[in-house]
Amino acid sequence: MRVGQALLVLWAAFTAAYILLQAMPGDSILIKFQNPELGLSPQQIAEIRAYYDAGGYLHTVLGFLRGDFGYSVDTGTPVLERLAEGLPETAKLATAAFVLAVLLAVLIAFAASHSSRLRGVLLAVPSLFISVPAFWLGILLIQVFSFRLGLVPVIGGSEIQQLILPVLTLAVPISAPIAQVLARSLDQVFTQPFVPVVAAKGASRSWILWRHVARNALPPTLTVAGLTFGELIAGSVVTETVFGRNGVGRLTEQAVNAQDTPVLLAVVVLAATVFVLVNLLVDLVFPVLDPRLAR
Amino acid sequence: MSLLDVRDLRVSYGGHEAVKGVSLSVGEGEFVAVVGESGSGKTTTANAIIGLHPGDSGEILLNGTDIARWSQRRLRVIRGAQIGLVPQDPSNSLNPVKKVGAQIAETLLIHRHGDKTSRRRRVLELLERVGLDDPARRAGQYPHELSGGMRQRVLIAAAIALRPSLIIADEPTSALDVTVQRRILDLIDDLRQEYGTAVLLVTHDLGIAAARSDRLVVMREGLVEESGGTREVLAAPAAAYTRRLLADAPALSARAFKEPPPQAGPAIVVRDLVKEFGGFRAVDGVSFEVARGSTHALVGESGSGKTTTARIVTRFEKADSGSVEIPGVTEFRRGVQLVYQNPYGSLDPRHSVARIVEEPLRNFRLGDRAARRTRVKELLDRVALPEALLERKPRELSGGQRQRVAIARALAVEPQVVVLDEAVSALDVTVQAQILDLLEQLQRDLGLTYLFISHDLAVVRQISHTVSVMNKGRIVESGTTQQIFDSPQDDYTRELLAAVPEPVR
Amino acid sequence: MRWLSWLVVALVVLWAVVPWLFTGYDPLNGVPAEKLQGPSAAHWFGTDAVGRDVFARVVHGSVHSLSGAFVAVGVGLVLGTLLGLLAGSAGGPADEIIMRLMDVLLSVPGLLLALTVIILLGPGTVNVAIAVGVGSVAAFARLARAEVVRVRRSDYVEAAFGSGGTFVAVLWRHVLPNSLGPVVALAALQFGVAILAISTLGFLGYGAEPPTPEWGLLISEGRNYLATSWWLTTLPGAVVVAVVLAAGRISKEIR
Repeated sequence: MRVGQALLVLWAAFTAAYILLQAMPGDSILIKFQNPELGLSPQQIAEIRAYYDAGGYLHTVLGFLRGDFGYSVDTGTPVLERLAEGLPETAKLATAAFVLAVLLAVLIAFAASHSSRLRGVLLAVPSLFISVPAFWLGILLIQVFSFRLGLVPVIGGSEIQQLILPVLTLAVPISAPIAQVLARSLDQVFTQPFVPVVAAKGASRSWILWRHVARNALPPTLTVAGLTFGELIAGSVVTETVFGRNGVGRLTEQAVNAQDTPVLLAVVVLAATVFVLVNLLVDLVFPVLDPRLAR
Repeated sequence: MSLLDVRDLRVSYGGHEAVKGVSLSVGEGEFVAVVGESGSGKTTTANAIIGLHPGDSGEILLNGTDIARWSQRRLRVIRGAQIGLVPQDPSNSLNPVKKVGAQIAETLLIHRHGDKTSRRRRVLELLERVGLDDPARRAGQYPHELSGGMRQRVLIAAAIALRPSLIIADEPTSALDVTVQRRILDLIDDLRQEYGTAVLLVTHDLGIAAARSDRLVVMREGLVEESGGTREVLAAPAAAYTRRLLADAPALSARAFKEPPPQAGPAIVVRDLVKEFGGFRAVDGVSFEVARGSTHALVGESGSGKTTTARIVTRFEKADSGSVEIPGVTEFRRGVQLVYQNPYGSLDPRHSVARIVEEPLRNFRLGDRAARRTRVKELLDRVALPEALLERKPRELSGGQRQRVAIARALAVEPQVVVLDEAVSALDVTVQAQILDLLEQLQRDLGLTYLFISHDLAVVRQISHTVSVMNKGRIVESGTTQQIFDSPQDDYTRELLAAVPEPVR
Repeated sequence: MRWLSWLVVALVVLWAVVPWLFTGYDPLNGVPAEKLQGPSAAHWFGTDAVGRDVFARVVHGSVHSLSGAFVAVGVGLVLGTLLGLLAGSAGGPADEIIMRLMDVLLSVPGLLLALTVIILLGPGTVNVAIAVGVGSVAAFARLARAEVVRVRRSDYVEAAFGSGGTFVAVLWRHVLPNSLGPVVALAALQFGVAILAISTLGFLGYGAEPPTPEWGLLISEGRNYLATSWWLTTLPGAVVVAVVLAAGRISKEIR
């Protein structure tokens, strides 16, 4: 049921991308490819022409499934090639940022649930995080850590050093919704009738928090964590541009500048696919966490 | 010396004093019932005793030691070990994502009692003791796999795991069907006799309190109105409030049965109703007739199909087969009205009382603005609500007032049939008695026909002329109220009647 | 604390309407002799590379961000709420189709969706606003539908039908008023989100053309002087944070 729904969404996304590709006048694309500045050989142009002449809905969508997204209008190279160049960089960045975001969120939410004195301050942190423009945060971090304190070199430095600031820039806005939902779920679970019953058995607050409340607060948190995957990809556009990293995000920015529709659509389809698959996974994990949902 | 001695306890909630100097005591092995309506402070008192909501002042002596000012850390040693809690709502009182065996073992684990194998053995013993079949399988199940009654048994098992000297039971059966209710109360009584555990029962139901307890404590608005031996209090109540409670509690006021209905034509004719929900037969061949100007009750436990039947009669649900006729009604939505269980949910929170009562008049374009205004005032007067409430919103009214507004709205278009779906079940007994009186008076004055849906036999006995008993989608027995109550023919009817607490026989 | 967020929003609205009341400097033509000065009593936010007062540029730029955000929220609110209402009150296949379409929209991150719209419509302030608005349609539609479905299930709606109300009357009297509250709160929140998104697109260079003092563009231009002139990026960014934060607070209050 849920799998079918996910497939339906993907199919619709593919179709939408196809319609948008068709919306571009085909010949004008070919004219672009024939621009001598691209330096394509006649053989390559013939290949591209064959691809676009083959056309047709089934051909294109099946192509998407195989990873064949056509040719970049900007460089004349296959879109897949350009994607493959950027993907490892972005994957590294996004993974690290996601892990950091979750750590930050858990830290904030649990600290707020534990300490009644710092609670107000801690719960204000996510709203601040969510209000900060990522590009500005990146610039601010460069300013403080690279120029003022000189802790992270602007150019060069080890790979880890180069990752620190971008990861932080990407992680901060993403940690906010996770922290908010986790904190709210913790509060909400604490008001449930079974909590005083456990307390009446003689359990301490931390016993209740770790053994009962945390587990019950997990599903909504996981849902929102899944939803942030889309933001990871979108956020990498800004982060990679600010830090001058060559990944899928930077590729996207360049594609929009160059009116390179096939590349942008490939990124969109990729993002939608990742998003749908991650959220499908979240839904499939749910019954494990909450036995009420198991059949 | 008593086991528990509470002296002049005061507790407040967010600036409001909910308990204003309560004293009560529980002896070893004694069964004490604290009775009161909502807002009387009875649950707050219970929570203060185990320190879940600490009191402001007063003493709580447990075996002579004052624990009122103990820190949470010290109180934890007592909770579960010396005082056990059986909570109100079994459906939400267990952690939904933990196996029930683990939740019983938790009491032992917190107090570092035994090792893993001995704890497991004890859990199985307890499950068996509280009357669950196949303990090994039950221990591995999650709460949602058990029925309400079974969950309450699990909660009891967790509460008695360390054989506490006192069990505080806070409305332990009010969310359960009557037949299950009785079995749970029997279990608590058995355990008390076996272990010598004292019980402090908190309840709104004077019938249950009277049937089970050695001593009664009657509370109202944070104060103790009266306390003493149960027999003595019932025989000669000293406080006026206790007398009123006794008079209003339908279970205890053995009023005369209503006369059989006057011989009038039928106002509702229901024939062979069948309704399935995804393969499950909620209503299975239901037929009955209601005479004009009389009250017919549909009685049954949850899942019996009584509410579905009511919704089919009011056309909020379509039957798969069968028919409902309302002779003499041409415009259905004018002739038949429904009053809901929860008056708060059935009134639009953004509308004023005046707008709510006026709405049906606007729908049927009855009269101009001024005429409608007059009619609304007249209707409020009918249901004994002051005009001052006209511009109030539902949240500014009490539960009883809300239900009166709902009744006024139902009467606005002069219906012939009013279907009342558990219409008094959510109300306190004194308010309940007032609404029941109002309904009887309206019936006399306006010649209304009522279809009265209820799980509460005592209320049904008081208001209805005829009764149909429903079980698993079928009507198992029908007749006049007197026939059903005095000479029930069906086993299920007999079981239902036996479950009604009736101490004053 | 409550009034603070309203104050921030009110101030920025005034900046947009009557900027000359707040600054005497010209946002477009600078005094080259005063270039790259740090914040001072004369120039609160300092000056930029061609000697323009940064505070004046921020004040005069607010109109671009605010009007853009209004258009964006308007597009999202109107389209989204209508679709949500339709899905929630019609039910059946219409509901199914609309909500699956919203799922598709939701599966594409907002920024990428906005970029897709921009590549189709071309860059520019209005197109950027529309692009951002399209990105919030799904959120409004989902919320509006959920609210309508919740309210429709309530006893008082059934009671309204029971007392003879027609579909339209019940929708108008009960369902709409009771489901719009959270939608309005979301609109306030989305206002902040839209300002954020518009400044991001401005930063990436798809919005206004230089020398327009649009906030995102302003920060982007300051990047070249990161090492020496921190105020060019830090102070305008802080203004954006304050406005977005205030919108979020107000949204919470309404809810």
